[in-house]
Amino acid sequence: MKIKAQIIDELGIQRTITRLAHEIIEKNKGVDNLVLLGMRTRGEFLANRLQKKIQEIDGKEIPTGVLDVTLYRDDFRTRIKQPEVSVSNITFDINDKDVVLVDDVLYTGRTARAALDAIMDYGRPKTVQLCVLVDRGHRELPIKADYVGKNIPTSINEEVKVKMKEIDEVDGVFLVDSST
Amino acid sequence: MPLSSKHLLGLYDTPVEDIRLILDTAKTFREVLERPIKKVPTLQGQTVLNLFFEASTRTKLSFELAEKRLSADVVNFSKSGSSVQKGETFKDTVNNIISMKVDIIVVRHESAGVPQFLTRFTNAKIINAGDGRHEHPTQALLDIYSIEEKIGSVKGKKICIVGDIAHSRVALSNIFALKKLGAEVSVCGPLTMMPVNIEELGVKIYSDINKAIAENDVLNVLRIQLEREAGSSIPDLREYREYFGINAERIEKNNKDILILHPGPINRGVELSSDVADGPYQIILNQVTNGVAVRMAILYLLGTQN
Repeated sequence: MKIKAQIIDELGIQRTITRLAHEIIEKNKGVDNLVLLGMRTRGEFLANRLQKKIQEIDGKEIPTGVLDVTLYRDDFRTRIKQPEVSVSNITFDINDKDVVLVDDVLYTGRTARAALDAIMDYGRPKTVQLCVLVDRGHRELPIKADYVGKNIPTSINEEVKVKMKEIDEVDGVFLVDSST
Repeated sequence: MPLSSKHLLGLYDTPVEDIRLILDTAKTFREVLERPIKKVPTLQGQTVLNLFFEASTRTKLSFELAEKRLSADVVNFSKSGSSVQKGETFKDTVNNIISMKVDIIVVRHESAGVPQFLTRFTNAKIINAGDGRHEHPTQALLDIYSIEEKIGSVKGKKICIVGDIAHSRVALSNIFALKKLGAEVSVCGPLTMMPVNIEELGVKIYSDINKAIAENDVLNVLRIQLEREAGSSIPDLREYREYFGINAERIEKNNKDILILHPGPINRGVELSSDVADGPYQIILNQVTNGVAVRMAILYLLGTQN
C-alpha cells in the first residue's frame, strides 16, 4: 500500500473533533440524553476524544461505550479471510437515549447497517445518529451520516486510512493506493 | 486468524494458538449473553445437527442454546426412539441425516474415535461433545475459561484433577490443554482409578487429598461415574468420601484460597459435600454459563471459516 497524500494532519483532526462536538451538542440541544458508541477499532478512540471534548465544552461526562459489529456482518460467506471478533462494552442503558454512533470512515454503509442491528439488541434508543471523521462516498446502502468531519471523494482503487495515536504512531488521515 | 482445523475432535491435536483463539473469542460471546437480546445473526442459514448417541443434559442443552443464539437451524438426534434401535448401522443412520444437508455436526458417542470416523465420510464440520474415554474438548475449554475468568492465566498455576481419572474424558482433555497452556497439572484419586502410565503425560500424582488441597490453586473435581463401572474401582461410596471427598473442613484446614470446579452432575455427599458444592470456593454455575459462551465461540470459529 502506497500513501498518495496526507489529507488531515494532527492539528486538523483536533479542530475537526472540536467542530463535530459542537455540532452534536447543537443538534441535540444539549447533552442530557446523549450517549456515544464508538465502533471498533478507531471509532472507539474517536468516541473517547469526542467525549472529552464535549465535557470541555458542556461540563458533562456523557456515557461512552464500544460496539463490535463483527457478528452482524453480511459477508461471512463471501470473505476469504475470517474477521477477528472482539468484545463490545456497553455498561449503560440505551433505551430512549439519543445514541451517536462514531466511526472513522464511512464507505459502503454496510458496517453502519450492522451497527444498527447490533444496537437494537441492546434496547430501543430514541434516535440513532451517525458521526464519521471521513465520508469517502461509494455507498451501497441507503445510509447517510449526520455529522461528517470531511468529505473526501475517492476512486474505488483508493483507500482512506485514519491513523490515531492510541494505536498508530501518528494522528492523521491518509489517502492510500490499494490497487498495488 | 482462523482455526487451523475445520473440526474440533480433541485437544491433544489442537495447537496452543487455536486453544487461545477459542478462549479469547469466548469473551465476546460472554458479553453477548449479558445483553437484553442474547442472540446474534452470525450463523443464519447454517444447520447444526446434534448427534447424541449417549445420554446428556448439560452438554446437549448448552450446545443447543449456543447454536440457537447464533441463529443456526438446529436438529437433534438421540439414540433412544431412533432407527438405531431397529438395527440400523451407525454409518447408515448418519449418512441418512447428512443427506438432509447439515453444515456442522456435534457428536457424542460411547465409543472413542467416532467424531474422527465421521470426518471420513462427511463434509460437515465435526465437534466432539464427548467420545468414550477419549476426549471432551469443550468441557475442558470451558473449565479453563472459568479458571482464567476467576484467577487469570493458567500459566504457572497448579491445577489438580480429582477423582476417576481412568474413566474420564474430561480429565484427559483438561490435562492436554492445561499442559499446552503452561499449567502445572496433577491428579488425585485412588490408585485403582488412575490409568496405567499416567505419569507419561507429565502429571504429578497425589494419593492424599489434604495434600492436594494444600498444594494447588485449583481442584477440578470429577464425578464418580457409577454408570461407567467406577463401582468396581472402589469398595463403596462411603469409603471414597472418607478418603477423597472434599468438604469445607478439609478446605479450611488446608487452603482457603482454593478454587473448586466440577463438571456436573454432582454426587452430593460423595466427591463434594453440600457445604462445598454451594459454598464460596466453587464456581460450578459459572462453568455452566461460560459453557454456552465457549461453545458459541467454537461454533462461530468453525462455522464462519472458509
